[in-house]
Amino acid sequence: MSIELLAFYLFASVAVVAALGVISLRNPVHAVLSLVLTFFSIACVWLLLDAEFLALALVVVYVGAVMVLFLFVVMMLDIKVAATREGFIRFLPVGIAVALVMLLEMLALIGVRAMRVAPPADPAIANGMANIQWLGQALYTRFLLPFEVAALILTVGLVAAVALTLRRREGVRHQDAARQSQARARDRVRLVSMPAERNEEPRS
Amino acid sequence: MISLAHYIVFGTVLFCISVAGIFINRKNVIVLLMAIELMLLAVNTNFIAFSRFIGDPAGQVFVFFIMTVAAAESAIGLAILTLLFRNRRTINVAELDDLRG
Repeated sequence: MSIELLAFYLFASVAVVAALGVISLRNPVHAVLSLVLTFFSIACVWLLLDAEFLALALVVVYVGAVMVLFLFVVMMLDIKVAATREGFIRFLPVGIAVALVMLLEMLALIGVRAMRVAPPADPAIANGMANIQWLGQALYTRFLLPFEVAALILTVGLVAAVALTLRRREGVRHQDAARQSQARARDRVRLVSMPAERNEEPRS
Repeated sequence: MISLAHYIVFGTVLFCISVAGIFINRKNVIVLLMAIELMLLAVNTNFIAFSRFIGDPAGQVFVFFIMTVAAAESAIGLAILTLLFRNRRTINVAELDDLRG
């Protein structure tokens, strides 16, 4: 058993155990943290697959951004754990049965024995490039249009998330930047020309 | 040697775990969203494994796009979730029946 295989089994088992924790832990915060562990282990598995860029992107994008967003939302909302747990025991046998049947069906369908092939040489290295260069050359030539569309999707997601959660509260004084910048001095200040007056001091 | 079968079985196991999670946590929207993220990750692992063993960068590029769309999806999903909680004070899926005709 080579060191690579040992590492694969280690990361894969940690990922599977953490994934089981995600779906079974009682506290949603613990579930999110368990999901973070799953992401880390899967990033390590991707590193074993020589996909360095995607593994690091997974850690940066998911663990750094999406999971923090999840944590924020979970901690902001006052979730009643008991209410969301009802039906857990009732659906547990069904869930396990469906998952097991699906697993067996998929494994039979895929034909695991036929896939016991040794990995070929790293295609990126074979082409004399690093993984990120290999990926980037495909991304910016063959997939340039989808890449731009992906950027557009992110923009739409940003606008939609802000538009959904924006609300106007009553009784709160807002700053109106348009009115502020339209203000002119002549609307506010009136210069009056009047003769100077002698200050008559009272005689003592 | 780690064969293709190892990665495919790993992805399948993760996928089935997340399907079971959707079944048993059908009241909690947050866990449902997390199970969907897990499902996408299992599929991404398959994509990367095939890309590596076939030697085509298209699989890894596709994973890149899946991650983009999944990030946008979870941002919008969590925005809807906060909106829902603000209006209804609950995230129980069973109580969300406003659209019932």
